[in-house]
Amino acid sequence: MTTGKYFGKSVLRLEDKNMLTGNVKYMDDIEIPGQLHAAFLRSDYAHARILKIDVSEALKRPGVVAIYTAEDFGDFWKPGPLLVPPPTAIDGSQFNARTLVPIAKDKIRYSGEVLAVVIAESRYIAEDAFDDIIIDVDPLPAVVDLEKAWEDTSVLVHDDLPSNMAALVKQEVGSYEEAKKKADVVVSRRMLIEHVAGAAMENRGFIASWDDQNQVMTIWANTQSPLTIRGSVARALNLAESQVHVITPFIGGGFGPKVMTSLSDDVLLPWISLKLKRPIKWMEDRRENFLATTSERDQVHHCEIVLKKDGTILGFKDVFYHNTGAYDSYGMTVPLNTQTHTISNYRVPNFYSEIRMVFTNQMVVTPVRGAGRSEGVFAMERMLDFAAKELGISPVEIRLKNLLKAEELPLNTGVIGQDFVVNILDSGDYLGNYQKCLAEIDYDKFRKEIQPKARAEGKRMGIGMVAFTEGTAVGPYEGCKITVSTSGKVTMATGYSTQGQAHYTVFAQIIADQLNVKIEDVRVVTGDTNLFAWGAGTFASRGAALVGAAAYLAAQKVRAKIFSTASKKLEVPEEEIELCEGSVCVKGQPETSIPLGMLASLANPMRGVVEPGVEPGLEATAYYGPPHGSTGSGAMGVIVSIDEETNKPTIERMVMVDDCGTVINPLVVEGQLQGGISMGIGNTLYERLVYDENGQLLTASFMDYLMPLATDMPEKLEIIHNHAESSLKVNPLGIKGVGEAGAIPPGPAIVQAIEDAFGVAGFEILETNLSPSQIYEYLKKAAK
Amino acid sequence: MKPAKFDYYAPSSLDEALDKLAELGYDGKVLAGGQSLVAAMNFRMARPTALVDLNNVPELSYIKPTEDGGLAIGTMTRVFTVENNAEVAKRFPLLVEVAKYIAHPQIRRRGTFGGAIAHADPAGQLPSIAVLMNMKALIRRKGEERWVDGQDLIIGPFMTVIEPDEMLAELVLNAWPARTGYKYVQVSRQSGGYAQSAVASIVTLDENDKCKDVRMVLMSVGEVPILSQKAGEILIGNTPTREVIAEVAEVVTSEEIDPATDLHATADYRRSITRVLAVRSLTEAFERAK
Amino acid sequence: MSEKLFPITVTVNGEEYHREVEARLLLSDFLRHDLGLLGTHVGCEHGICGACTIIFDGEPIRSCLIFAVQANGHDIRTVESLGTPENLHPLQQSFHEKHALQCGFCTPGFLMTLVPYLEEHPNPSREEIREAIDGNICRCTGYEKIVEAVQDAAEKLSQKK
Repeated sequence: MTTGKYFGKSVLRLEDKNMLTGNVKYMDDIEIPGQLHAAFLRSDYAHARILKIDVSEALKRPGVVAIYTAEDFGDFWKPGPLLVPPPTAIDGSQFNARTLVPIAKDKIRYSGEVLAVVIAESRYIAEDAFDDIIIDVDPLPAVVDLEKAWEDTSVLVHDDLPSNMAALVKQEVGSYEEAKKKADVVVSRRMLIEHVAGAAMENRGFIASWDDQNQVMTIWANTQSPLTIRGSVARALNLAESQVHVITPFIGGGFGPKVMTSLSDDVLLPWISLKLKRPIKWMEDRRENFLATTSERDQVHHCEIVLKKDGTILGFKDVFYHNTGAYDSYGMTVPLNTQTHTISNYRVPNFYSEIRMVFTNQMVVTPVRGAGRSEGVFAMERMLDFAAKELGISPVEIRLKNLLKAEELPLNTGVIGQDFVVNILDSGDYLGNYQKCLAEIDYDKFRKEIQPKARAEGKRMGIGMVAFTEGTAVGPYEGCKITVSTSGKVTMATGYSTQGQAHYTVFAQIIADQLNVKIEDVRVVTGDTNLFAWGAGTFASRGAALVGAAAYLAAQKVRAKIFSTASKKLEVPEEEIELCEGSVCVKGQPETSIPLGMLASLANPMRGVVEPGVEPGLEATAYYGPPHGSTGSGAMGVIVSIDEETNKPTIERMVMVDDCGTVINPLVVEGQLQGGISMGIGNTLYERLVYDENGQLLTASFMDYLMPLATDMPEKLEIIHNHAESSLKVNPLGIKGVGEAGAIPPGPAIVQAIEDAFGVAGFEILETNLSPSQIYEYLKKAAK
Repeated sequence: MKPAKFDYYAPSSLDEALDKLAELGYDGKVLAGGQSLVAAMNFRMARPTALVDLNNVPELSYIKPTEDGGLAIGTMTRVFTVENNAEVAKRFPLLVEVAKYIAHPQIRRRGTFGGAIAHADPAGQLPSIAVLMNMKALIRRKGEERWVDGQDLIIGPFMTVIEPDEMLAELVLNAWPARTGYKYVQVSRQSGGYAQSAVASIVTLDENDKCKDVRMVLMSVGEVPILSQKAGEILIGNTPTREVIAEVAEVVTSEEIDPATDLHATADYRRSITRVLAVRSLTEAFERAK
Repeated sequence: MSEKLFPITVTVNGEEYHREVEARLLLSDFLRHDLGLLGTHVGCEHGICGACTIIFDGEPIRSCLIFAVQANGHDIRTVESLGTPENLHPLQQSFHEKHALQCGFCTPGFLMTLVPYLEEHPNPSREEIREAIDGNICRCTGYEKIVEAVQDAAEKLSQKK
């Protein structure tokens, strides 16, 4: 199914009009009568032993209702669950689970860690109470540098472990060392992948409201994982899952960090609400979001590539340090993504990759849009650039030589990924993407005319041309339930939560086509655990592919039920029935019809007999779990000009070619790509979380953490969809994810272009984030 | 991020405001546009005991010509008003040029001319321009007033000679002589963001196109705005050729500034761009003076 | 310090409200939690993100950088003063048609910045539009479609005249 009235069309979003008029409720818009406000007193120290916390004075402050420290939670206090299982699927992997604690007890392990929870009549008063809490600690040296942290001599984040090793995972395909022996050229480099924030415009928030009469805990959370929260709250409070109702309001952006759970809020506030029998509300502020919401990247790569003289890749080796922060509750999703994406879309017969995941005195690292893929692709793309220089060939030539061709897919790469399944590059035309991008940006013209002309005028202009893959749509599964109401309106409920991805519209497009109803008559409900309670969560660019497929399957089941029910009621064979808009009718006799709403009533008779094996109503539930993920792919070309005197880069032109499989809604896909690109540009030229040697975050505001602005965007941005028809479609609709694609290639493309603009021997960029000042410093180094 | 408690006073006249400041002494703080102060209060980095809000004192908001062709600007005049005032554009177009770089339009709508200067943020544009233009600052205290030269107003980062019971009430901008040119240039990572370095110059040529007067201020390359002495020593009496301007830039950046390394720029980079900006600023200023 | 409450009278979206507020109450919190006008969003509380932009006496300002007590006697317009879901303001309609919003959280701040902007600049260029929205952060869209929407709205509004 790739055509339909709605499927494949740029349908305008159904959710827009309410959002545009301020007529939807986000997290902080939820107010529960009788609610109290929570504020978390957070540690200024990154690493310290707690000697004493005295809250007695603070409790005297008018308006303060209660204050809790770790001791007050008694047996309830314990380290949280391991949210993602350890990588036992990978032979020989070592993993030390040290899961996040909800509030510091004995020892502080990161700056921003919660020391006390103040419950008060208002947030203002709760923050006032911080002044009166006496904290006595014994500071310890902070573990910040990833490579030093790995050494046996380092200070320990967890005293009960012999080192700061959180995990050690080695994967090898072929034999790298054998390949190296045969190589003509060996190129090795050390590269930094800098630390960035998800920085959704809406901060996190949480409300817990215990209803003592009904014995139900209602939770509002702007989370990507409502079902995880339902399960963990039920478990922690010894309730049945039916006693925990999690509702996600409209969510102001996710980008990854809102997937994290078992944090101070979702662990402690339900307990407090139960104890005080009052609704408790917490709304994170921007400072807290920087300090204590998860973030990502932050790796150090030691890469080596070995090649033949003609540029053919023989092998690639990557030993990389990955910062997991003070705990590793979220397992190894990010570094495993890096491991699978280092090969990216190239022919790499011999591959060795080693993850050294390190504990540091920083907040936990979990996926942020790009999620490990950006790092792997950056490492490979940069190494190709360095290898090309070494070989005296162009960066384009080396890629054309090594990119996988459409006929080489599907390809089992032999590398196990974040889903613990061997990574299969299922379909796509990697070489074709790249060639298309070269043609669109007119690479030859730039090289032959534009760049020489600019150089002659004393201007610096450069071009960067890279390729990437985006592993998407991994399992385990998602599902939904579709119900035709007696009004004829159709409701689709899914456990998948939504943060602006147009789910209300794209799922409705699929369903409206299958049931032949007006799209406005399809209502999508996301992330309300009382309406649908199965699923894993919003991550890894999997909503459209997995929930979309489940919607398609459920709609087909409902459609079948419509036909079988109508056949009986109309007393004609099913083959003679068709769906007219909003009703079911006899072919060729549109006047002989039953409106869907009436059919829904008829399918739920109040008297008489329902035949065995027939379920009442026009309703069906379906699940979809893919055998493995599906890999999107693409290429990016970028032309950058640089102020000769200040080194400030301007992105003149950017062309992105993307293959995300079948497109449900081109307008939405374009929006996803543009948004991802802005994040990729931000990560490369502006955004950077900086911790000092004491583990203090120096960039805990938008004054210091620079978000990409409208004037930072490319002067000209072109996006080309290059869907390769392929024999193998993982998904019944041929959909692949696209949410993260845009964020992946800008980094390597921009730095390649900047290097190209200078064309200075020895000028090499070895990190992902680059200010004009850093460019200046790199140039100084090159001049030496 | 909610501000701590404070006592709040909203006088409706200047006298009332001065009475209140006198009464409060060290506990009082003036609230002008609040675009820096309230943000700092939300972080609880600033915790004034009492705020004296000047937003209800209309007599502090004006732009009026002075007898000798200059302008007097009331402290509460919004930056946006200054930026869009025809008299300012005619007499001191430098202010219009600078204003575009100050944060974002929504901030300039509320932020005030005097407030920005009195805040003395080393990365703020207007304090530097107050030094550059040597604006005469009228500082009032209950029953008293004094005038301080703009170049003597700022004594450290976020520190001025204004006492807690005083307020900056007015800034007088003296008319520029004929054949005066100006130029403000800066390098910042993003529009509206802090500059890693900025240079502004005001120059006057004599009838022979020789430099008659020059003032140049350097911003974000020291703890306070730096008013160059060397620029005058080298340029006055000379024809401002490319070579002379390059020499000024060289001497100024090697001898007069003291840039620091921070998250956004190294000291060396700051020095390097300051040299570039000094050339750009002076070159354009002399061009405009012709 | 005193717990004093200040009586204020504020006109918001044409309606006059009388309330008593603590001096430190931010205008953003007052609009949202005291008046229940939830369309104004709070993203950073230090004046950078622009989500809380409102129109104060005709001018777009940050409602997180002003105290509610300072709004006494003033006129405020929030996103609720523009169109309704059934009858969008031309700028809202353009945002809808051009897909200029995703999560929608920053959108009211953009709208309240742009409505007065378009009154003052009826025919902005792409470059001018970008500059006009540089005081508003959007994490979802990459701004491209917002710029398109503003161009579209400028056309719609000029045809209306």
